[in-house]
Amino acid sequence: MNTSFGITAITAVCVVTLTIGALGFRLSRTTSDFYVASRMVTPTWNASAIGGEYLSAASFLGVAGLVYSLGADQLWLPVGYTVGYLVLLLLVAAPLRRSGAYTIPDFAEARLESIAIRRLCSVLVLGIGWLYLLPQFKGAGLALNAVSGAPTWVGNLVVAVVVVINVVGGGMRSITLVQAVQYWIKVTAISIPAFVLLSWWLHHGQPIPQVASTQPGHDWSLPLSGFGGVEHPVYATYSTLLALCFGTMGLPHVLVRFYTNPDGAATRRTTSVVLALLGLFYLFPPLYGALGRVYLPHLPTGTSPDSVTLLLPIAVTPGALGQLMSALLAGGAFAALLSTASGLTICVAGVVDQDLVRGRLRRFTGNDARAINGFRISAVTAVAVPFALSLAARDIGLADTVGLAFAIASSTFCPLLVLGIWWRRLSTAGAASGLVVGGTLATAAVLLTIFRAVHGGWVGALLTQPAAWTLPTTFLVMAVVSLATPKRIPRGTARTMVRLHAPEALSAHLGEQPH
Amino acid sequence: MTTDIDEQTRVGELYMATLVRAQWRLSMSVLASATVMIGGLPLLFLFVPATRTLHIGPIPLPWLILGVLIYPAVWLAGRYYVRQSEQIEREFTEFVARR
Repeated sequence: MNTSFGITAITAVCVVTLTIGALGFRLSRTTSDFYVASRMVTPTWNASAIGGEYLSAASFLGVAGLVYSLGADQLWLPVGYTVGYLVLLLLVAAPLRRSGAYTIPDFAEARLESIAIRRLCSVLVLGIGWLYLLPQFKGAGLALNAVSGAPTWVGNLVVAVVVVINVVGGGMRSITLVQAVQYWIKVTAISIPAFVLLSWWLHHGQPIPQVASTQPGHDWSLPLSGFGGVEHPVYATYSTLLALCFGTMGLPHVLVRFYTNPDGAATRRTTSVVLALLGLFYLFPPLYGALGRVYLPHLPTGTSPDSVTLLLPIAVTPGALGQLMSALLAGGAFAALLSTASGLTICVAGVVDQDLVRGRLRRFTGNDARAINGFRISAVTAVAVPFALSLAARDIGLADTVGLAFAIASSTFCPLLVLGIWWRRLSTAGAASGLVVGGTLATAAVLLTIFRAVHGGWVGALLTQPAAWTLPTTFLVMAVVSLATPKRIPRGTARTMVRLHAPEALSAHLGEQPH
Repeated sequence: MTTDIDEQTRVGELYMATLVRAQWRLSMSVLASATVMIGGLPLLFLFVPATRTLHIGPIPLPWLILGVLIYPAVWLAGRYYVRQSEQIEREFTEFVARR
């Protein structure tokens, strides 16, 4: 196999990312990017930037992989990733922007007036961020392996190094334009080969996927059939959907992006554009899964189904055209995982820096350490942990791992944000106990799943898709404990509520600028 | 008087409570419709098995709905919400400014 196309595409994406990162660093030193962004960037650009950061390796490769291996039920994944933004729009978008918070720990501290809650949230951001970074590294390994045959750890390492250089250099930090361009690169990279493959399929007899069923009644192309050995498919579908729809608002890198909107009303408009952009992108990944079943009925042994997107073009047209398309897809996948990984690393590093490193560093060096050194140490830590995990963890699908991160986010941050924004009687004790209970339950379920401690049956289904029981539990704990501890309601709740919900036009009346 | 809200008087709090309730009701109604329409699909596939195998041209109905049709629907729901929500805020601001 000629490997030069693919390696060229991946190298080009890495070099471009680093170059823009370096340029961005110079820019961000001279002007406040947020200042510029918040006043000059239209909702469409902002929405593109959100899409650029959100569409990760799980979307680019993982969705097709799961559709390929498990069939029609997996079509719910991209639906959930998109509906998550609708739920975010309905429940938290504008008030969260008006809170002026940059991260979820910031919001929690401001709303509940408690440093302890801030710390709890920081720990959760670490857990969710690391879990979400893990599949980005894995995806890099797969992409590089598919186009060049390099061992998967090489790709993991390349991404880890590029992300660290990028984040430590300060690039990508807040460059709306870069992330916006990333979105359009991803759409181009995934759509052009899709159109070519689709027209090939249309002009060559439109063969339908022929999938040998493992058990009678298990049909790849039909929903809820349990194809691929999925037990309790109805429960699995609903629990996954719940995790994705209510977990999106709690992902660490999502809230940060919203900050570049000038105010709450603009945030709403931006989010509705995001819905259109995500919908456009997600038309394509399932196509690769389905055409994969037509043209690649058997993957070579030892190949992850997540590679199906990259292998399909070569299987359809083995010549230069196929290799060119494969290279384009590998480049797009790298763009996807680099942008998501950079965004996540910035969030995780920020949390490590602010809540873990800075205080200690000061103690050791007597306040001499420059803030930037702390951030550098934090960035390396933020990447090193998931990198090590990506080498050690057993193979679970990219989109499956991301699903677990969504499950934790939905069982902790979703109740915190929703009750924090809409319910005056949320108390500090209620929020804290909800975070602890929900976080513990969801994390335990995730760890048992990752280390494959439980096999099959109802217990297995409940643990692999925990959101259906952990999300309501957290809501319940927060509400009950809050009602039992009315004295622990933060004193400034009424004022915070005004700030979260008062329209900008009204704030202008009051002589108060939006934050 | 806009100062009502600024000073956290009882009247001001009452205004804000009305606004928050109106927004909450709007969010919940859109969320409920989305839940019925999207969340109802697995139940539809479960209880009306014919919908699983129905084909529109060469494409099975579930693939058409989940792969294509659902996205414009979600987008339209979002747009509807944004308009209604801005309408509520506009009316509220006008009401407070008039007083």
